[in-house]
Amino acid sequence: MSDLLAARSQMGVSLAFHIVFAVVGIAMPVMMVVAERRWRVTGQAIYLELAKRWARGTAILFAVGAVSGTVLSFELGLLWPGFMRFAGSIIGMPFSLEGFAFFTEAIFLGVYLYGWDRISPRAHLGAGVAVAASGTASGIFVVLANAWMNAPTGFQLVDGRVVNVDPIAAMASPAAFPQALHMTLAAYAAAGFGVAGIHAFFPLKDPANAFHRRALEIALIVGAPAAVLRPVSGDLSAHHLARDQPVKLAAAEALFTTQHGAPLTIGGWPDPAAGETRFAIEIPYALSLLAFHDPHAEVKGLDTVAPELWPNVRAVHFSFDLMVAVGTYLALVALWAAWLAWRRNDLAHHRGLMRAVVLATPMGFLAVEAGWMVTELGRQPWVIHGVLRTRDAVTPMPGLVVPFVTFTLLYCFLGVIVCWLLYRQILRST
Amino acid sequence: MSLADVLAGIIFVALNGYALLGGADFGGGVWGLLASGPRKQRHRELIAEAIGPVWEANHVWLILAVVLLFTCFPPAFARLGTLLHIPLSLVLIGIVLRGSAFTFWRYGGAEDEELRHWGVTFAIASLITPLLLGTTVGAIAAGAVGDGGRGMGDGFVATYVRPWLNPFTLSVGLFALIAFAFLAAVYLTLEAREQELEDDFRRRALGAGVALFCAAALALLLSRGYAPPMREGLILAAWAVPLHLLTAACAVTALAALWVRRWRLARVAAAAQVSLILWGWAFGQYPYVIPPDLTIADAAAPAATLRLALGAVALGALVLFPSLAYLFRIFKHGQPSSGIPDP
Repeated sequence: MSDLLAARSQMGVSLAFHIVFAVVGIAMPVMMVVAERRWRVTGQAIYLELAKRWARGTAILFAVGAVSGTVLSFELGLLWPGFMRFAGSIIGMPFSLEGFAFFTEAIFLGVYLYGWDRISPRAHLGAGVAVAASGTASGIFVVLANAWMNAPTGFQLVDGRVVNVDPIAAMASPAAFPQALHMTLAAYAAAGFGVAGIHAFFPLKDPANAFHRRALEIALIVGAPAAVLRPVSGDLSAHHLARDQPVKLAAAEALFTTQHGAPLTIGGWPDPAAGETRFAIEIPYALSLLAFHDPHAEVKGLDTVAPELWPNVRAVHFSFDLMVAVGTYLALVALWAAWLAWRRNDLAHHRGLMRAVVLATPMGFLAVEAGWMVTELGRQPWVIHGVLRTRDAVTPMPGLVVPFVTFTLLYCFLGVIVCWLLYRQILRST
Repeated sequence: MSLADVLAGIIFVALNGYALLGGADFGGGVWGLLASGPRKQRHRELIAEAIGPVWEANHVWLILAVVLLFTCFPPAFARLGTLLHIPLSLVLIGIVLRGSAFTFWRYGGAEDEELRHWGVTFAIASLITPLLLGTTVGAIAAGAVGDGGRGMGDGFVATYVRPWLNPFTLSVGLFALIAFAFLAAVYLTLEAREQELEDDFRRRALGAGVALFCAAALALLLSRGYAPPMREGLILAAWAVPLHLLTAACAVTALAALWVRRWRLARVAAAAQVSLILWGWAFGQYPYVIPPDLTIADAAAPAATLRLALGAVALGALVLFPSLAYLFRIFKHGQPSSGIPDP
């Protein structure tokens, strides 16, 4: 394994691990606060129990998110000193703001978790709201930094030197809004359906269990609207990609040749050497329609750049299809649940829906992981799109396979432990 | 004083915050590991109660220092990440294990015997992490993280290992470990609600205070061979003598206050002592961010970035300090905190 590949793998594993906890850290506090608020309003003890259980889960997951996030902030320098030397002054700002947002989140999570009998009910609920708000803010700040890597703005290159740095303009990259919106919705959808799926498992056996019914209700209120809105934000992202990152879109859609009235390619086996995708389902004009809202618009293919500037087409295309597939599934389940709720059906007694929600448990996280694969793999070979190559940013230190294997083992170990702890928490609730 | 100097100072304030708060949490883990005698279990409970509500917030001081460092001084961050890759990676593993083990231990369902293992993991990680953090500080202070690692010879070991793994850096690591343990013991005298526990941590604090003095002497002795620039900066500079006197006065005050059981005074004096030592290091290597060649001015980001970073810090501080004050007012006053009661 080359050092570059080891560094990329270590960064990939660290991000893939951290993002699960980051997503939960963004959306879980919202559910926790809703449950507490319902307890304060209705006085039903079941909501208090729910808020406390979710707070326990949040405590475990937030801690792992905090430490794995620390690892990432250091890894920027440990693995990519070339990137930091180039980009630190341009894109450090959202990271610094994220630092403060994360600080606020950590403070108020401490207040929330340990302050049940210390502060007034209003202050306690306020602390929960502060956790939820700052969690969402820190997620958005980090995504802004990533958006800049995809569509860099806010500086000029003169003779290879960075001049006229404008950190505010760098935060307002064209990718910033679509990415931040899409990711925030994805976080709510993933965590909402993750929690809903766990609690939907029990009504299948015992539909009268009030605890799980209430939990399911709140989780769906958080997850379902986001899942329905996500295709809309995805459409915004597609527009942006077609305009500003055409190579990534071409790889995601396995579109080798630039064409008018481009078809949407689903599945198949992209063959970069031959420049074609075999065995795929093609929907005529659909890609032009999605990318530009015009069935005859020209969509740029991979042929607009030299093959050495292509990302790994297969990986990006399959990740993209996976993201769209699971995202669509969640949106449909959300609509189904909304329809049944509107018709005043009892959701917990609806076995078909409960099965579908149980199946949805991992789907949101799968969508998040696959979406980041598209974003990150689709940008290669660049670390800063069109400006700095990944291979020029990597550390000169040799033997990077050692830290890669070490951190991978560490994260596998932690992942197993967290699953086991959560499993026990959930089992105890029956 | 330039804008870059101000931001370097702010980053150092964050590091100072991490040492006083996050450092003490590490120190708590050390005392958990060393707990013995009839009150062993109560020691561990007290430590966990003291750390529980605040450790995440204490930890973020480090993140704040890191993000501000790479925003304002990118070349310094890049060089530290490259040349200190190994110890910093080990520090990270320690941080990951410590944080998650603590949470698993406290939230995994405390009644379980098997979860005690997490307490042990937490404690061991608390021991190793400060040691390695100290060695990285030692390497920087000694001027060993110089221009691309030159000056230490060629090859992997000379570039990536020897700068941070030598008797001097290890003595600094030991010093950091003992300083954190000292702080933790002093703070715990205040957290303890029973005379017996107060006495236990008073004894430990006094012992650690003396050990800290020995570790400082050892580091000073070894600096002769390994860190001559640091030695000259700290001893020959005009400001050094009053600083040393002040540090010594704080150290004596802390120990005397412990002796006469004035816990609050001891806490203030101990925190001041450790802070002054840190600022001694900072002034000792000023104007270098990484001696012997990278100055604050050379490493600084463009003025536009620095101005915005300062604005962000000012804005962040407006949110941060009242929130922190709130957190500490709730939990570091009055009765021990209860955690989440079992539903």
